[in-house]
Amino acid sequence: MNKYLLPLIAVVILIPILILGLRSDPRELPSQYIGKPAPQFDLPTLKDPDKRVSTANLSGEVSLVNIWATWCAGCRAEHDFLMQLNREQVIPIYAINWRDNRPGALDWLAQLGDPYVASGFDEDGRVGIDWGVYGAPETFLVNAEGYVLFRYPGPLNRAVWDHEFAPRIAELNK
Amino acid sequence: MIPEIGHFALILALSLALCQGVLPLIGAHRNDPAMMSVARTTAYGQFVFVAISFGCLIWAFVQDDFSVLYVANHSQLSLPTGYKVSAAWSAHEGSLLMWIFILAAWTMAVARFNAGIPKVLIARVIGILGLLSVGFLLFALLTSNPFERLIPAALDGADLNPLLQDPGLAIHPPLLYIGYVGFSVAFAFAIAAMISGDLDQNWAKWTRPWTIVAWMFLTLGIALGSWWAYYELGWGGWWFWDAVENASFMPWLIGTALIHSLAVTERRGLFKSWTLLLSISAFSLSLLGTFLVRSGIIVSVHAFATDPTRGFFILGFLGVVVIGALVLYAWRAPGLDSSAGFSPLSRETFLLLNNVLLVVATTLVLMGTLAPLIVEMLNGGKISVGPPWFEVAFMVPMIPLVLLLGVGMHTAWRKQSTGPWIRLLRIPAIVAVLIGIVLPLFFYGRVSLLLIVGCAAAAWIVISSLIQPVRSWRRKKGSSAITRSALGMSVAHLGMGLFVIGVTIVSAFGIESDRAMRQGETLDVGGFEFELREIREVQGPNYAAIEAVVEIRRDSEFVATVRPQKRQYLVQKNWMTEAGIHPSWNKDLFVALGDQLGDGAWSVRIQYKPMIRFIWLGAFIMALGGLVSVTDRRYRKSAS
Amino acid sequence: MTRRLLVLITSLLFTFSAFAIDTGKAFDDPEMQARYERLIAETRCVTCQNQSIKDSNAFIAADLRREIQRLMGEGKSDEEIAEFLVTRYGDFVLYRPRMAGKTMLLWIAPFAFVLFAIFAFIRVLRHRMALPIDDEAAEDGQAQ
Repeated sequence: MNKYLLPLIAVVILIPILILGLRSDPRELPSQYIGKPAPQFDLPTLKDPDKRVSTANLSGEVSLVNIWATWCAGCRAEHDFLMQLNREQVIPIYAINWRDNRPGALDWLAQLGDPYVASGFDEDGRVGIDWGVYGAPETFLVNAEGYVLFRYPGPLNRAVWDHEFAPRIAELNK
Repeated sequence: MIPEIGHFALILALSLALCQGVLPLIGAHRNDPAMMSVARTTAYGQFVFVAISFGCLIWAFVQDDFSVLYVANHSQLSLPTGYKVSAAWSAHEGSLLMWIFILAAWTMAVARFNAGIPKVLIARVIGILGLLSVGFLLFALLTSNPFERLIPAALDGADLNPLLQDPGLAIHPPLLYIGYVGFSVAFAFAIAAMISGDLDQNWAKWTRPWTIVAWMFLTLGIALGSWWAYYELGWGGWWFWDAVENASFMPWLIGTALIHSLAVTERRGLFKSWTLLLSISAFSLSLLGTFLVRSGIIVSVHAFATDPTRGFFILGFLGVVVIGALVLYAWRAPGLDSSAGFSPLSRETFLLLNNVLLVVATTLVLMGTLAPLIVEMLNGGKISVGPPWFEVAFMVPMIPLVLLLGVGMHTAWRKQSTGPWIRLLRIPAIVAVLIGIVLPLFFYGRVSLLLIVGCAAAAWIVISSLIQPVRSWRRKKGSSAITRSALGMSVAHLGMGLFVIGVTIVSAFGIESDRAMRQGETLDVGGFEFELREIREVQGPNYAAIEAVVEIRRDSEFVATVRPQKRQYLVQKNWMTEAGIHPSWNKDLFVALGDQLGDGAWSVRIQYKPMIRFIWLGAFIMALGGLVSVTDRRYRKSAS
Repeated sequence: MTRRLLVLITSLLFTFSAFAIDTGKAFDDPEMQARYERLIAETRCVTCQNQSIKDSNAFIAADLRREIQRLMGEGKSDEEIAEFLVTRYGDFVLYRPRMAGKTMLLWIAPFAFVLFAIFAFIRVLRHRMALPIDDEAAEDGQAQ
């Protein structure tokens, strides 16, 4: 073969790689826990510091774990949708209140409504790190055995729900 | 009205570029002088209309025309006028227009300064540059129109990113682009020569000055970017191996290899196909760089906010250009081999080594930059490749390169007899090794193998670069005077030596200290005392800032006062760090203000940076060497 | 302190960067401190646009710095700390690709490439050594 064809071949291989690169989102970080047990946590609840919420709560049924905070604009944006999910009794939603202050967070829930079964209060962010959280809001889909099926980084809305969560939940119920 | 004129001018430029791209090439094929002469007129014409267009955009900025979307997004009423001008190229659409402008300018230069070059070749070169212009103009007009209107017009703009409100960063893109785009001239010469089949030593001689000028500007652009990052970003670093930095560095490395390879082809008619390949690669890497920055494919503080549609367009353009060129290459390259030889100890050998090592370095940088993408494509998840890898990988080819750098220029072409060579070089070599040991030990108190290698290599490069000029100066006048070309080479290599010294010393002996400080406290770093005297508020034209007044003393004697700031720009509300730097020729004292920690304490980063200015001084002198060498008499001779 | 200054500083707090925990040296022992500084320089801030947690002001960077400090205090090795981070965030969080598995190639590459280059160089040199060196080449003594 003409050895002068080698550079051409190299470029022809490179271009599809770049094309594929264009289709992916460079900012999105895939969760390390997909298909694995949810990371262990044990936090005091937001409302009552003497009560605890932990990984144990997650087993037994399919649930959502939502990471939120009062300083996060996206959390405010998705809150109404979470309230709706709660009203529709679709799925229990647990929460980790991440790096927030207790009075502010309680205020927020009082004013806007509380769609959560329980909110764990992660004051110093250690649980957030354990879950590989890199921004708020994030929502994890956890199955009945406590395994993480999916993580969505960003505010939830009907479109995202129908596209990402509903099909996966339907799969489980088969 | 003006924006519409600008838009229309761009469309006219496109039609001229089409003529410029097509007619001369046909004319060259048919040897039709009339068609070939279209090249010059359309090149001038395209430049005029692109200049009008670019001028209209800048005018819109200066006039605060917020009915133009691009202006509204990147300017603001209270922005100082100078930055209103530089805001024109601060984002994707405007910088693309600037790219087009610079390409038109280079083309005009080729149309103007081509004495001694056959008309057919010039017609082809301008034709190819015209086709490139067509590609970029289409890209701008179809996907990235800077003159798009915003209706109703905004009352005030969204402000220029405060990071860009800086003189250094205002000229950094133009310099870089002159470099990137300049490599398209070498590319066009290569394509033109491949089309005609006339790949002789003249082709190399004609290409070389264009390549050197482009390389010069790229050197300055990269150095300026590095210097800016150092004083503006607040962490005291000067190179981060960020994907966009790498995108500018790869064409530079290949451009350097190309200059050296052209020397061999010009002198001995050797390495022709290799020089061709390098000419194609330098510009291809410029295009790749543009792609990486504008397509959204990578995350970087440098990357333009843009969308994948544009990415597809550039990628398509890149594909067409590069694949087209490489097909031509695969066709023409076989049979270019000359039957000239050289002995193992010869200048050709060293230039070959230079090329080989630079190409290895470039391949490694490319690999590191694309690795995260490739791994993700192969479903291996997301990885990061950062400075810890790049620094090691880059050193592997670079250490041999810097050690050999001083030798080649004293080695004769074809065959160098060992005796005189050793006699010439042995004393400088010994002196260099001695300096390599003494310099770190005596001035900074420590040695290591790597330090000795770095300092000795730097000393060796400096000394060996000076041998020829000093000799020539001592002989004063006569025919043995050094040519500008040789002087330029010595100066450029000297610059490289200074660069290596800067990097070696600052990497080995730089000290960094992140501490909490309260008003009145003093910290000791690198033998200097830094006292935080006061924290106060100051006002700028479009920002408010918290300023720390830091007094620096040495052995209780006053050295300087620096005023690092944390600025909040009024519109965008981001916080910017302005470091307080006390520079001198052999060190920088660098203070950056961090965050308030509560209880009156602030986090402060204090750094001692020995010899850091040599990094940019070295780069500047390298560029100067390039300038000296292109003013050589033989480039100013007209056709004989 | 003027009211304006107070407002400025307060707004600074809301950039989420005022949770910096490094109020002083992390470790008194210079070796530990140096190791700490190296580790945080090589750990990527997961919310930033390409910055290490050493250079970033983001609170997640501060959190990660605190975690690394804690792990070092517990006597964990560099590999164990890397493992901790990778379990949570993937290889993305390490600026130094691990010398195992898929990234092993990256570390072999520099040496492999240079070796290959040396072979190519020798091959070209031997080819040229065998050819005549006295040919009619242009512009003797001029080109540099």
